Amino acid sequence: MRGRTNAGLLVGGTLVGLVVLAALVSFFWTPHDPTLVDAARKLREPGGGYLLGADKFGRDTLSQLMVGARTTLYVGIVAVGIAALVGTPLGLAAGMTPRGWLSELIMRVNDLVFAFPALLLAVMLGAVYGAGTLTAMIAIGVATVPAFARVARAATLQVMVTDYILAARAAGRRRTAIAVRHVLPNIGSVLIVQASVSFAIAILAEAALSFLGFGTRPPTPSWGRMLQESQELLFSTPRLALWPGLAIAVAVLGFNLLGDGLRDHLDPKLSRIRGGEER
Amino acid sequence: MTLYLVKRLGVLLASTAAAAVVVFAFMALLPGDPAEIALGVNATPEAVAELRSQFGTDRAPVVQFLDWAGGLAQGDFGTSYVTGAPIGPQIGDRLGVTAVLVLGGMVLALLIAVPLGTFAAVHHRNLLGAAISVASQLGIAIPAFLAGILLVFVFAVQAQALPSGGYVPIAENPAEWLRGLVLPWLSLGLVQGAVLTRYVRSAVLDVMREDYLRTARAKGRGATGALWRHGLRNASIPVVTVLGLQLATLLIGAVVVERVFVIPGLGDLLLNGVAQRDLLLVQGVVMVLVAAVLLINFVVDVAYRLLDPRLR
Repeated sequence: MRGRTNAGLLVGGTLVGLVVLAALVSFFWTPHDPTLVDAARKLREPGGGYLLGADKFGRDTLSQLMVGARTTLYVGIVAVGIAALVGTPLGLAAGMTPRGWLSELIMRVNDLVFAFPALLLAVMLGAVYGAGTLTAMIAIGVATVPAFARVARAATLQVMVTDYILAARAAGRRRTAIAVRHVLPNIGSVLIVQASVSFAIAILAEAALSFLGFGTRPPTPSWGRMLQESQELLFSTPRLALWPGLAIAVAVLGFNLLGDGLRDHLDPKLSRIRGGEER
Repeated sequence: MTLYLVKRLGVLLASTAAAAVVVFAFMALLPGDPAEIALGVNATPEAVAELRSQFGTDRAPVVQFLDWAGGLAQGDFGTSYVTGAPIGPQIGDRLGVTAVLVLGGMVLALLIAVPLGTFAAVHHRNLLGAAISVASQLGIAIPAFLAGILLVFVFAVQAQALPSGGYVPIAENPAEWLRGLVLPWLSLGLVQGAVLTRYVRSAVLDVMREDYLRTARAKGRGATGALWRHGLRNASIPVVTVLGLQLATLLIGAVVVERVFVIPGLGDLLLNGVAQRDLLLVQGVVMVLVAAVLLINFVVDVAYRLLDPRLR
């Protein structure tokens, strides 16, 4: 059981680590300038300093992939950050006053936002303000708020019936103090798992938006747009679609496995249930 | 049950109305006056004012909203500021295409997920069961549009067995219509099937641990027989919930897949509308998609009650 838990964590962590490493290295070094257009290198085959070849503008594919990792992580971090910073307090408040009007209001608004998927929000934001990385990040972030709020609320409800909360309330602690000092640390693991899973969803959303032209604008490299540009060359140069596709799959798989692994690792209760399942 | 249905219907109507307010408020923020955009920079102020009153954009926002929402209730989406064509019929045409795409993808996903997930649960201790779990993890990591590009590469570029895109109406040529939809259906169905397989597996695993299933087996039914007779209905309850969420995801996935395969559905209409800055059209399509998501959630909640008598 123990070994199996660590396997998911290990594989997920390695894949995520790979993406993070590529992004970090790209700040200091890429094989070539990822945005340099050079007709002489147009559709250059892999090899000779161009490990993965070049695209129809002569841009080095490996360099683009590395900087694309940066774009992906940037969008993911900001989007998940928005969702966590907005969703967690809302979920906490709703969970601590389960029968109050505030809880009811929060959950109703939550349900309403839930009906607006990231893609629709991004298209609407793009139509009003012009599409770009910022509108994509905000749209994905806002669309992810309900997931965080729900998870935070469910976890808070469980924590609120424990003896230590009762003791804190009996001792006359203020509600905000209870929320920050007792509830938040105890739902932290659930939130970390949610963040990892949300990150995977954010990567998928960013790729889809860039593919549609509602994400990161050229010339900044992004995996989704690399895919979109490769589509017309699918018949002649399929490798151009292969690499960004693989990068997206590796990143999403990594964050999903990491989330699952963390869930087993951080929540002994769930591990025990899983342990029973594997009997 | 009736009381629940009435209450839940009320929630559906209220949230649809709230969504309409949000969509309208959002699009009303759009910088630029549709009348000025339509007439260009050389238009006289009188002409702009006249067109503005023709469009109705000179009225107070609240009046404009009530007019728009009142029209929606009767299926009237207004007239495009850009093309001058009524929007409702366009959405109606495209809705059918997208619905066929989404429902086909869903059916395919179920055909994949129910047998595979059940098999993986029953055989969760051996290699094949584990292999299915790994395969579904990989499937989840691939977005539908990427699956579409890969499928085009395999079946259109390499095998040259299916078209790489395009759409032929069913009335024109049913065989070509079907051939054109195979790859889009597969793109949506394979990915959603992978997601659903995981849920079916864990739902069946949960049911397999229940006492009533042990009782059924003690009474002499085989593992498969007991599961078939007593387990599937119980396992279907969590799966139906996920199914609803997935249907909403599929609807949005279809927007992107339509782009990959050049299919004239709602997604195509929406993206063209944005490109042409056709405000009212975008507003209408977004409203239809959001209303569809809300309606799906409603159906799921009601189905949940019907499947689980304990909740009635």
